[in-house]
Amino acid sequence: MEQMAKHTVRSYAEELRRLRDMIARMGGLAERQVNDAVASLLRRDTDLATEVVGRDAAIDALEREVEQFCIQILALRQPVGQDLRLIIACLKISHGLERIGDYARNAAKRSIVLSQQPAIGSLNGFNRMAKLVQENLKGAIDALVNDDVARADEVWAADEPVDQVYNGIFREMLTFMMEDPRNITAATHLLFVAKNLERIGDHATNIAETVHYALRGDNLPDERPKGDSSAYAVVRPPLDQLGG
Amino acid sequence: MSSTTTTATSRPALGAMQARSGAALNEAKVAIRNLDFFYADNKALKGIRLDIPDRQVTGMIGPSGCGKSTLLRVLNRMYSLYPGQRATGEVLLDGQNIISDDMDLNELRSKVGMVFQKPTPFPMTIYENIAFGVRLHEQLSKAQMDERVEWALTRAALWTEAKDRLNSSAMGMSGGQQQRLCIARTIAVRPEVILFDEPTSALDPISTLKIEELIDELKRDFTLVIVTHNMQQAARCADQVAFFYLGELIEVAPALEMFTAPKHAKTQEYITGRFG
Repeated sequence: MEQMAKHTVRSYAEELRRLRDMIARMGGLAERQVNDAVASLLRRDTDLATEVVGRDAAIDALEREVEQFCIQILALRQPVGQDLRLIIACLKISHGLERIGDYARNAAKRSIVLSQQPAIGSLNGFNRMAKLVQENLKGAIDALVNDDVARADEVWAADEPVDQVYNGIFREMLTFMMEDPRNITAATHLLFVAKNLERIGDHATNIAETVHYALRGDNLPDERPKGDSSAYAVVRPPLDQLGG
Repeated sequence: MSSTTTTATSRPALGAMQARSGAALNEAKVAIRNLDFFYADNKALKGIRLDIPDRQVTGMIGPSGCGKSTLLRVLNRMYSLYPGQRATGEVLLDGQNIISDDMDLNELRSKVGMVFQKPTPFPMTIYENIAFGVRLHEQLSKAQMDERVEWALTRAALWTEAKDRLNSSAMGMSGGQQQRLCIARTIAVRPEVILFDEPTSALDPISTLKIEELIDELKRDFTLVIVTHNMQQAARCADQVAFFYLGELIEVAPALEMFTAPKHAKTQEYITGRFG
């Protein structure tokens, strides 16, 4: 985006700066929640998981703060053009970040249950997925803070690896369940954790899409690269269990 | 206050651009081509190309001295009253070049009316304010004239307030009423195009809204051009908005596009208040 002249009214420019700062803070919090939720899962750390659950209220409070502030600017400044787009984008992004916080909290809750269950398989896929979605989340928020439309577009196009890891986990968990019914509790919770991470990834892409609109004023195409095929996945039981 | 609804099935397209009503812009009533304008040696308009859509509102915005009022003065040849001012190029009203020397100015001004910034009623009765202009163009009987006066006052949303005081002086009316009287006077001669030069800058907020409502109403029958310093007013009234700067037309677009995603950096800076 080309360098714009400064606002004639300085207090208005400061309000827009403050709004971006609020989103940056909210994004940072959401990133940390995702990171800690997965860390608590990998390390079977119930204290950390409990902390994550407790911290979600802070994100919810920030969302309400952003919403109030956006309403205030809309009512008192009658913004147009890029300013209007930024404010609408921040409203939508804060809502997306709030949802991300909810998913992270849910993952943390499940990691508390999982710490009481026998370990199944390796959790490498979860680690990998968490890294990918955190990176996308960070990229989307950075793009907004730095007016970096290229970064937003990159994030928008980068959801496919997340979906691929998710598909892998999905198949792996079905296999564990078929191997031994005692795995079902843990595998089901893990499936939900994976789904939570996958949804977080989708929200990160939505945020990137919104940032693109805020910065450029046009929309990215409806279709983006997608790799989630789990909705169609069927895993066959191993032959030796088919009884014949 | 207008409300918009989105159907549940359509994707809310933040970037989808359409004219105010959702319809496209109409065909040009006035087509301006390669228009240059000079105040003596000073070039005040440079190579303007602009289509003014039929029976829609074109808003012209830009900082002081940008040329928007000059363009308005070209559209009814007001500049011809001043020696040393001249225009070159083409301003085609229904295909006829109105800036050519053989244009009949009386005919032009009956087709293109103008409403000024300050209400300018004549020191006459309300009735005479309207009848005066009509008599210059047409020979009407008393009954026909009564009918015309009522029609014009009704179209200008002034009839109910004025009908019992038609023979009182127009100078006793409020500012907002005087401005609506000037609009009635303009439409009484049944023009095709009406030019508004900052029509509400001397009015209070309620009178301003009444004029804006009137503009919305009048565009069913007339092609309207409004010069305004009030950007929100352009956003509220116009179907198409043109942004001028230093005598050049920088950008012209449907109002929704202009106020959500203008293309030129200069336009963005101006409408968002980042100028200079």
